[in-house]
Amino acid sequence: MTTLQAPPGRPGPNVKEEQPYVDTAPNRHTALWLAVTVAVWVVGWLIFRGQDTRTLSFQDLNGFHRWLNDLRDSIQLASSRGNWFFHGVIGNISAFFNWLVGQLQELVSTPAFPRPVPQIGWLGVLALLAWVAYAVAGVRSAALVLLSVLGFGFLGYWGDSIDTLIITVLAVLICCLIGLPLGIAMARRKAVSVAVTPVLDLMQTMPAFAYLAPLALIFGIGASSAVVCTLIYALPPLVRITEHGIRSVPETTLEAAGSLGVTKQQMLRRVQLPMARRTIVVGINQCTMAALSMATIAAFVNSPGLGKPVIAALQSLDVGGAAVSGFCIVIAAIMLDRTTTAASERAEKLNRGALASVSRPGVMLMTVVLEKLPRWATEEQRGRRPLPSPLFRRAVLALTFIPVLVAILLSRQYLSLATFSSSANVGPRIATAVSDLTDTVVNSVDTFTNAFKNVISYGLLNPLQSLLGEAPWWLMAAVLISVAFFLGGWRPAAVTVVCEAVILGTGLWHDAMVTLTMTLVATVMVMVLAMLLGVWMGRSRPADTVVRPVLDTFQTIPPFVYLVPALALFSSSRFTAIVAAMAYAVPIATKLVADGIRGVSPSTVEAARSAGITSRQMIMKVQLPMAREALVLATNQGLLYVLSMVVIGGMVGGGSLGYLVVSGFSQAQLFGKGIAAGIAITALGVMLDRITRYAAARHGRI
Amino acid sequence: MTQTQAKEHSGATTGEGDVALSVKDLWKIFGDKADKVIGTPDAELSRQELQAKTGCVAAVKDVSFEVAPGEVFVVMGLSGSGKSTLVRLLTRLIEPTQGSIRMAGEDITSASDQQLRDLRRKHVAMVFQHFGLLPHRKVVDNIAFGLEVRGVSRTERRNRAQEMVDLVGLSGYENSYPDQLSGGMQQRVGLARALAADPQLLMFDEPFSALDPLIRRDMQNEVIRLHEEVGKTMVFITHDLAEALKLGDRILIMRDGEIIQIGRPDEVVGAPADDYVKDFVSEVPKSHVLTLRWVMRPARPGEADNGPTLQADRVVRDAAREVLAADGPCRVFAGEEFIGMVDDEDILRVVVAEEG
Ligand SMILES: Nc1ncnc2c1ncn2[C@@H]1O[C@H](COP(=O)(O)OP(=O)(O)O)[C@@H](O)[C@H]1O
Ligand SMILES: [Mg+2]
Repeated sequence: MTTLQAPPGRPGPNVKEEQPYVDTAPNRHTALWLAVTVAVWVVGWLIFRGQDTRTLSFQDLNGFHRWLNDLRDSIQLASSRGNWFFHGVIGNISAFFNWLVGQLQELVSTPAFPRPVPQIGWLGVLALLAWVAYAVAGVRSAALVLLSVLGFGFLGYWGDSIDTLIITVLAVLICCLIGLPLGIAMARRKAVSVAVTPVLDLMQTMPAFAYLAPLALIFGIGASSAVVCTLIYALPPLVRITEHGIRSVPETTLEAAGSLGVTKQQMLRRVQLPMARRTIVVGINQCTMAALSMATIAAFVNSPGLGKPVIAALQSLDVGGAAVSGFCIVIAAIMLDRTTTAASERAEKLNRGALASVSRPGVMLMTVVLEKLPRWATEEQRGRRPLPSPLFRRAVLALTFIPVLVAILLSRQYLSLATFSSSANVGPRIATAVSDLTDTVVNSVDTFTNAFKNVISYGLLNPLQSLLGEAPWWLMAAVLISVAFFLGGWRPAAVTVVCEAVILGTGLWHDAMVTLTMTLVATVMVMVLAMLLGVWMGRSRPADTVVRPVLDTFQTIPPFVYLVPALALFSSSRFTAIVAAMAYAVPIATKLVADGIRGVSPSTVEAARSAGITSRQMIMKVQLPMAREALVLATNQGLLYVLSMVVIGGMVGGGSLGYLVVSGFSQAQLFGKGIAAGIAITALGVMLDRITRYAAARHGRI
Repeated sequence: MTQTQAKEHSGATTGEGDVALSVKDLWKIFGDKADKVIGTPDAELSRQELQAKTGCVAAVKDVSFEVAPGEVFVVMGLSGSGKSTLVRLLTRLIEPTQGSIRMAGEDITSASDQQLRDLRRKHVAMVFQHFGLLPHRKVVDNIAFGLEVRGVSRTERRNRAQEMVDLVGLSGYENSYPDQLSGGMQQRVGLARALAADPQLLMFDEPFSALDPLIRRDMQNEVIRLHEEVGKTMVFITHDLAEALKLGDRILIMRDGEIIQIGRPDEVVGAPADDYVKDFVSEVPKSHVLTLRWVMRPARPGEADNGPTLQADRVVRDAAREVLAADGPCRVFAGEEFIGMVDDEDILRVVVAEEG
């Protein structure tokens, strides 16, 4: 009567719910092994101190450095003799970029022969930029751009500022041409992603400083290598965020679209791109900020722009001058950041729908660049005003272009509208005022800053430097390998071996250890600050609301600028670089810690609270342990940020590798050594990155 | 093995034979060595043993069933039992590891990409637990999306979408965006989108699990109403037995990727295939599901001659009043054929058991 499927009899406990198959993690005794390593290290250091430290004095060169010098000579010879690659391929690319930048400069910033002034004078440029800002981001951005660009003029750096914008915008445009299709391809094809991701990793781990010199060698110093460097530096965030944006379209949406029979093209055009649109614009924002920061650093390879006056002032320890030109960089940063941010918010509105969900804080822990996503990218959108119709918008844009045209024409007619009047230049006066102010302030806080400096120097920096730098290289190498092994397993240990071999090969072992010391000390201080601030922000909404915008602003400022206040407070010393590095790395680390603390599931926190624990216990026993992944990630990012800054700090007394790189730019016979230092920095960066990443992967999950 | 027995519906389907969907020996194993499991002794292992041994997960194991045109076929099981995988295999949103699927006589397993796309665009539509709506499109444009991708003209798809809006009771919300609607309303959009292409087969993957109980009940009634109105064949996934019993003409019960039982609601409740199913149905109010067939007893000598008559497929709850009101036992007929007797005791046994 009843028709039943015979049940495949499976005896056993009557458990309805399927029990997942679990792989239990082994107990590794990490702390114990690390302690043993440190003990061995200290004992070894006591015994062998000062032996085999591989110290190379500043002017000494080894074979590798000389070989690099020769290589430079032969490359220069080859390109002058018409070698097909260096002359034909690279030479043409380089000439093209130089020509393009030159044309743009003549258009808006430098005299266009035979005219004594650019094709378009300041009034025209001002009007044009404001109009572009209005078109992509709205009225408020236009006003901001207007004020900022006027500021460039009043501070006396009109030409340099516009040059910086030229390099930045050009690089961003090229990034978009390459990066968007690449990011899309990576999101859609696993093979592409697998092939490209390690390259992006390397590009991002490598401190910008390290590839300036080789690129300058190949592309020649000047605008073209500036554009190429900037391109290389700014491309990875765009590619990654584009990939991430398209990947983050929810699986359920793709599946639903798939069930309706869409083709791959339709999926991309009608589902993935519209839904990733906002995230992609965030990527363009990140790309722009990276480009700006690199465009200033590129002054080392003789790029036109604001970097030059900053470097000149820093090298002559002229705090006032550095402050004014540095301030122009800050203005440019804020202007570009706000405008691209507003553009992304508008993209969101044009798109409608709450796509902000594509990048929630939880997702933030995924890839390294994404950590830089500023807060607004993760916020739910607030009010929604309907946008005017597209037709109306276009009419308004066309109409407002008329005054822009008038301004351009006027600026071609009248000299006073073409070059910014020098009587309006308040830059030097501000510079003097800043110098005076710094003197008084520094004199009055002197005791405090000196005390701080001494405590850190004698308490932390000197002992550690002695421990790292005066231990024999083989002992240090073994210590680093064991640390890598115990923290992350054999993979990072293997990477460490390779990186150590590279550093040894560059002949700069001792300098690398000094740089490593500074990096570690700065990172420790960064993490202390970040934990204090991050825990506070993570636990208190109001604190978060107040502090986060400040951190966001700090993050948009190119690293270079941090040297200025550090120099003012601590004059030229090892410590200056450390302080600048802290200022640079604290915001990102703090945000990661705060997000980690906030990310602890509210129900866990509630359950713990209901068990009657104190705030202190809550932090120590619940929130910090559960935010472990974020903490390790914050350390990872802190290390990399610090390293890149410690290196740049070489020019204000940081010494070691960074100083060698800078010297390589200026002294011909140190060229090879500078490049070698760049390679050593990269090796150091890769090593630190891998160790912390694998440690995060192993210890992050609870 | 299983008898296909569908409810009668006015104008249910076109005459395409009496099987809308037939699945034979269907397997899906996730993992790198998926194709090296079937046919080896490993295939006999339980899911966990297989996973521990090879790292592969057998999500669907050797499943066969048939669905008749116009039938509502419910697949039920706990989370992780392979329901979602099974329903996705049917249109090859997930590629089967082995087995065959035929829909209205066509072999799905060997269809080309183009044929598959065609199938998904015109013949089969799906409703998802998490709706899967496009947040950047208005309600009408979401509903018209399927028509859009297959190239239907703008006015035509607008008209069709508007019809669907009215059909699922969303009139007035056509120009809203999905995130402005409640969960229940969003799922109505999902339903309308699925119906827009006028498919022969509708598939639901736990469509109401994310909704509040009252909304869920509304939506279940909505599905029943739509089924009566448009009479589509439906494959409905759920983990909720009450929902399965309410909607299903037949129910397939799954565990760990395997079929435990297929049968009509009263069969599942009246004759659970094993302890697993028995445990499941223990909480169900039996008088709402069981028919007289399940509670009657054989006639004693002489009884078959008189007494009130009742049909065997009457649900106990409906027939209870008549049986209790009668002076003696009642006779149960399947059509013209006499098959047994019920008296007050038989009824009370079922009803009272529920009270306890
Ligand atoms: N893509 C996949 N890869 C590996 N295992 C999967 C995948 N999808 C589902 N599974 C596994 O298959 C089993 C059945 O999953 P699913 O069909 O989603 O069950 P249900 O819908 O009944 O909850 C689960 O054990 C799940 O972990
Ligand atoms: Mg499911």
